[in-house]
Amino acid sequence: MSRIELTRFPIVKSAVKNRWPQLAVFIVMLAGYLFAILAGLIGTPVGSHNFSIVFVWIAWWAILILVAVPFFGRGWCAVCPIPLPGEWLQRGAVLNPPDKNPKWLNLRWPKALRNIWLQNISFLLLALFSSVLLTTPNVTGIVLAAMLFGAIGLSTVFERRAFCRYLCPVGGFIGLYSQAAPIELRIKDKQVCVTCDGKPCYNGSTNGYGCPWDVFPGGLTKNTYCGLCMECIRTCPHDNIAINLRPFSADLAKPSARMDEAFKAFVMLGSAMIYAGVLLGPWSALKDAAYKVGTGAWFIYAAAFLGIIFIIMPSLFAFCISRFENLKSFKKRFATLSTSLIPLGLMFWVAFSLSFVLTNATYILASLSDPLGLGWNLFGTAEAAWQPLLTSILAPGQTLALVGGLVWSVRTARKAASEARVSSIPVIAYCFTATLVMLWLLL
Amino acid sequence: MRSRFFLLLFVMAGLVVAFAPLPVRPIAPQERNFRIEARQYAYSPAELEVNSGDTVTVQLVSTDVVHGLYIDGYDISVEADPGQTAALRFTADRSGSFRMRCNVTCGAMHPFMIGKLTVGTNGWLYRSIGLATLAVIGFLPLSSFITQKKKEH
Repeated sequence: MSRIELTRFPIVKSAVKNRWPQLAVFIVMLAGYLFAILAGLIGTPVGSHNFSIVFVWIAWWAILILVAVPFFGRGWCAVCPIPLPGEWLQRGAVLNPPDKNPKWLNLRWPKALRNIWLQNISFLLLALFSSVLLTTPNVTGIVLAAMLFGAIGLSTVFERRAFCRYLCPVGGFIGLYSQAAPIELRIKDKQVCVTCDGKPCYNGSTNGYGCPWDVFPGGLTKNTYCGLCMECIRTCPHDNIAINLRPFSADLAKPSARMDEAFKAFVMLGSAMIYAGVLLGPWSALKDAAYKVGTGAWFIYAAAFLGIIFIIMPSLFAFCISRFENLKSFKKRFATLSTSLIPLGLMFWVAFSLSFVLTNATYILASLSDPLGLGWNLFGTAEAAWQPLLTSILAPGQTLALVGGLVWSVRTARKAASEARVSSIPVIAYCFTATLVMLWLLL
Repeated sequence: MRSRFFLLLFVMAGLVVAFAPLPVRPIAPQERNFRIEARQYAYSPAELEVNSGDTVTVQLVSTDVVHGLYIDGYDISVEADPGQTAALRFTADRSGSFRMRCNVTCGAMHPFMIGKLTVGTNGWLYRSIGLATLAVIGFLPLSSFITQKKKEH
């Protein structure tokens, strides 16, 4: 399947070039985000009846992991409200053309930190406290507020969207998995970019802002760091940038050789497996340890969590691929071959989320009518009873996701192994074993 | 043509693994009684195993706040007040593995208060393992064949 340029359709093109539709969505999202913070801080402490828990960790999470990431890649980043207030402050404008003189410090992000290690750490920090975060409204409210104010603070010190690019715990894995999505933003003709004067897509012009994600679109070869904000489509004077529909996982044919991205794949794969065991399994000791933050049991849980992700899983993977020597360095081979874990990890998250979301989706109805748990009944659904949905198709759906993810990974492993000039069999064996463990945990 | 044949064969084998009836060892149905203690956020015991056709009675005892026990797939539930016992009786006529969940909001970790009921063999797990094995074994030669064909073209 070749690519289909979606921006050649006038309706798509005008929707993307015009700032108002995106701003309208932004404002709705920002209002929802601020309300989630408020609900978390002043609403009922009962998580399953509080808007912040129900709409963030059930509704938003379901949309993000089951629809947005697999099909639209960084589509969520295109409408995420977190960077907005900081960006407006940084620019001194909401929609007006940018001012040439920076209003704040406008520093470059430190070179040593221009990678996703900080995003790996920020995700793990949240993951270690996830049992509390996912169930306690005021903790969710505080974390949401911290992300908003963190983004604002960074916007006043550093140029562009430093928070999104280098710190956001969610943005890191969306970027990783967006490589598998069938949507991309790319240039049409490289030569046009080479000869383009002033590179307004990167530096900005009177038509719009320079790339907030610090990416030069002319050099884009994968989705990982393009936030689909559409600014470059607005600023390109040559109409040389397009949104394309493409085959799934097109970016994975060109495996990355970066260790920060390789470890992101392990962080996500391992987290999905640990969550499946701790949150959805029948083992109460694990749940107690994960929930009782600060106790001895929690420290053991945290050490085990980090040990599995940073030592056990990568070491087993390294052992699998260590027998095959070739011209590439071991580090490069490790990073290249770990690309195979990206589709597997994405589908592990889909399978995990199916169970979590279908079981708890009915809380959305009740929370819609009584978002703060104050006894309101705005839409007459406040008394909607809890009822798991579609439990009869849950297990087949999870099998489909996990086995589908395995096949997808096998396919990716073969391409990555061919790139690294080694056999794909050890990587396939690793993916197969991980899938068996996940099947056992979920079914 | 040959690649389509392989693909068809692959799909057929997958359907057999997913849906072919598994051999079942005939076991006479029995009366099974379990006492489950429920506390924030755990059942004890958290895993029950019965044979298909057994008549199961669960005595749910809550040791702290009000707890419930809902069984996925069977869509039945019971609630127990603190210090009280409530009974749930049913015939285990559906095989497989089912999650047992607390259906009364009992605190922060309530959504994750989960146990497991296995009736007979957890057939779907074995079928899934079979499908995963088939996927790996079947995909490798099929993928090589398609790659080779592409190269020839």
